Amino acid sequence: MTTEPSGPRDLRSGAEGSSGSSCPEDCLKTEFAGVSFKNPVVLASGTCGFGREYNEIFDIQLLGGLASKGLTLNPRPGNEGIRVWETASGVMNSVGLENPGVRGFIEKEFDWLNSLDIVNIVNLGGHSIEDYIEGVELLNGVELDILELNISCPNVKAGGMAFGIKTELAREVVRKIRAVCKHKLVVKLSPNAEDIVALARACEEEGADGISLVNTFLAMGIDIQKRTPVFQNTYAGLSGPAIKPIALRMTHQAAKAVHIPVMGMGGITTWQDAVEFIMAGAAVVQIGTGNFMDPTLALDVIEGMRAYLVSQKMANIAEIRGCV
Amino acid sequence: MISQIVSQTVSKTVSKIISNERLSRDFYRMRVECPNDARMGQFYMLRAWARYPVLSRPISVFDSDGGTVSFLYKVIGKGTEIFSGLKAKEDITLQGPLGSAFPEVTGKIALVGGGVGIAPFYLAARQLKSAHPECRVDLYLGFSDGAILTDDYQEKADKVTVNVGGFITDEIDPAGYDHIFACGPEVMMRALYSKCREAGAAGKVYVSMENRMACGVGACLVCSCRTAGGNKKVCKDGPVFKGEAVFEE
Repeated sequence: MTTEPSGPRDLRSGAEGSSGSSCPEDCLKTEFAGVSFKNPVVLASGTCGFGREYNEIFDIQLLGGLASKGLTLNPRPGNEGIRVWETASGVMNSVGLENPGVRGFIEKEFDWLNSLDIVNIVNLGGHSIEDYIEGVELLNGVELDILELNISCPNVKAGGMAFGIKTELAREVVRKIRAVCKHKLVVKLSPNAEDIVALARACEEEGADGISLVNTFLAMGIDIQKRTPVFQNTYAGLSGPAIKPIALRMTHQAAKAVHIPVMGMGGITTWQDAVEFIMAGAAVVQIGTGNFMDPTLALDVIEGMRAYLVSQKMANIAEIRGCV
Repeated sequence: MISQIVSQTVSKTVSKIISNERLSRDFYRMRVECPNDARMGQFYMLRAWARYPVLSRPISVFDSDGGTVSFLYKVIGKGTEIFSGLKAKEDITLQGPLGSAFPEVTGKIALVGGGVGIAPFYLAARQLKSAHPECRVDLYLGFSDGAILTDDYQEKADKVTVNVGGFITDEIDPAGYDHIFACGPEVMMRALYSKCREAGAAGKVYVSMENRMACGVGACLVCSCRTAGGNKKVCKDGPVFKGEAVFEE
C-alpha cells in the first residue's frame, strides 16, 4: 500500500533554505502584474477559508499567496442539501458561496489577512452588475494586493446563466468593474465559457491586470435509488485531478492568446502538475482540491519546484514559463 | 452557546497500525500508534492511500490511551473498504484530533449511541468516570442488527441498555439524568431531543453531528449545518453541539 509522502516534521521550518544547493534563494520569486510573490504557489479560493485554519497546520506565510473565500456584497448562507460528492479522481461541490459578505470580511477577517507577509488575493462574486460594483467600491476602501473577480456566478437578470459563459456579457462586467476598481484586477475564468480564448482576450482588452483559470466544471451526479440529482441545485462544480488535463489545455490556450499574466489551476496535486501549468504559460499556480488530499501539499509543491530548478540549473522559474 | 470549541495546533502524522479487527459483518476496530490528547467526541481525518479517493475520511475516536488511538468504523464506501483491508504494521495517515468534544460533566449521565454512533461513548465513559469517579454513566446502545462490543462497554459504564432493531430512544427517561449525550443517525438524535424537550430537559442534551467533509478543519464549508444561530461547521464548531444550538428552529 501507499501513504502520503510526508511524515511527522517541523512544518514551520518550511521550504526556506531547505535545499542547501546552488539554487538562488529567490529562484521561485515571481512578478505578477507588478505584484511580487515569494513563490508562485497560491491556495485557491473556496478551499482555504480566510487562511486561519491552514495557519493552524503550517505557517501560511511560506506560501506565495492566498485567494480567500469568495465574497458577495451581502452575506450568504450557501446552498441546502448535500454540498460535496466524490467522483473518480475528483469531487463535485455545491457550497453556494456561503460567506460573511464584503462588510463582514472587512470587519472580521481583513486586518489579520493583510498583516501577513503573503500576497493577499480577495475573491469577489456577484449576482448582478450592481452588486459587483458595490462590492468593489467597498473593497476600494482597504489595501489588498489583488482582487480576483469570480464571473462564474449565475446572473439573476440573464435567467441564472453565469456571467462568464458568453464573452460579451463577461466583457461588460469586466469593463464596468475596471472603471471603479482601484486594485489590481485578475478575472477568474469559467471553463464553461463558450470560447475561453475569446473570453481571455476580452478581459485583456477591458483592462484586466491578469486572468486566472480554471474555475470548476459544471457537472452532476444522480442518486439512482431516489432517482433524483445528488445536489439540490442539480448541477455542481467538478474539481480535482479529473479536470487537470483540460484545465492545463485551457491555461495553455489562454496564455498564448494574451499578454497579461496568467494564474493556472485545476487539479494540481503534485509539484510536477504545477510545473506543467508554468510551462503551459501560467506565472502563478493555485492549489484547491489538493489541499483536501494533504493540507501541506502546497509546501511540497514549493519544495518540489525548487528542487526541480536546481536539477535543471535554472536561476528562476520564469525561464520555463510558457516554454511549451 | 457552544462550550467546547477547540483551538489547537493540528498535527498530521503517518502512523503504524497495531491491529485492525473485524467485529461483525460491517464493523471494524483499528488501533494505531499515535501520541495524542484526544477527547471524547473528537475525530481524525484518516487516509491510507496516496491519491484516490480524493478525500480523507473523518472517523470518531473510539479510545485513546495517550500513546495509541482507536477507531470504530463501519464499512460504507470506498474509503472505509480500504481501511478494512489494512493490516498490522502498515501505515495510515492521521490528521487530528479535530473538532469539539463532549463537555466534562458529572452527576447522572446518559450516553446514547445508534449504530456506528456508539463509537465516541467508549472513551466518553472512560474519561467521565476517570475525571469524576462518583458520577453515574449509563450507556444506551442501539443497533439495526447485531449488537457489538457490549461486553467492552459494560466494563466502563454503570449500566448498559441494548436495543436491536427498535428505537433506543424509547428506553430513556430524561428525568433520570443530569446530562444526555447522543451520537447516531440524525433522526434518532432529533427524536431524543424532542423527547427531552417535552420533559423540560432540552438543556441537558449534547449531540454529535455528522456530515460529509472535505477539509476537516473548517476551511471549505461543505459540512455546514443550518442552525438558529447561523451556519455552523460540523468539523470545526462541532461535531459536538448543544442540542438546543442545532435542533431549535
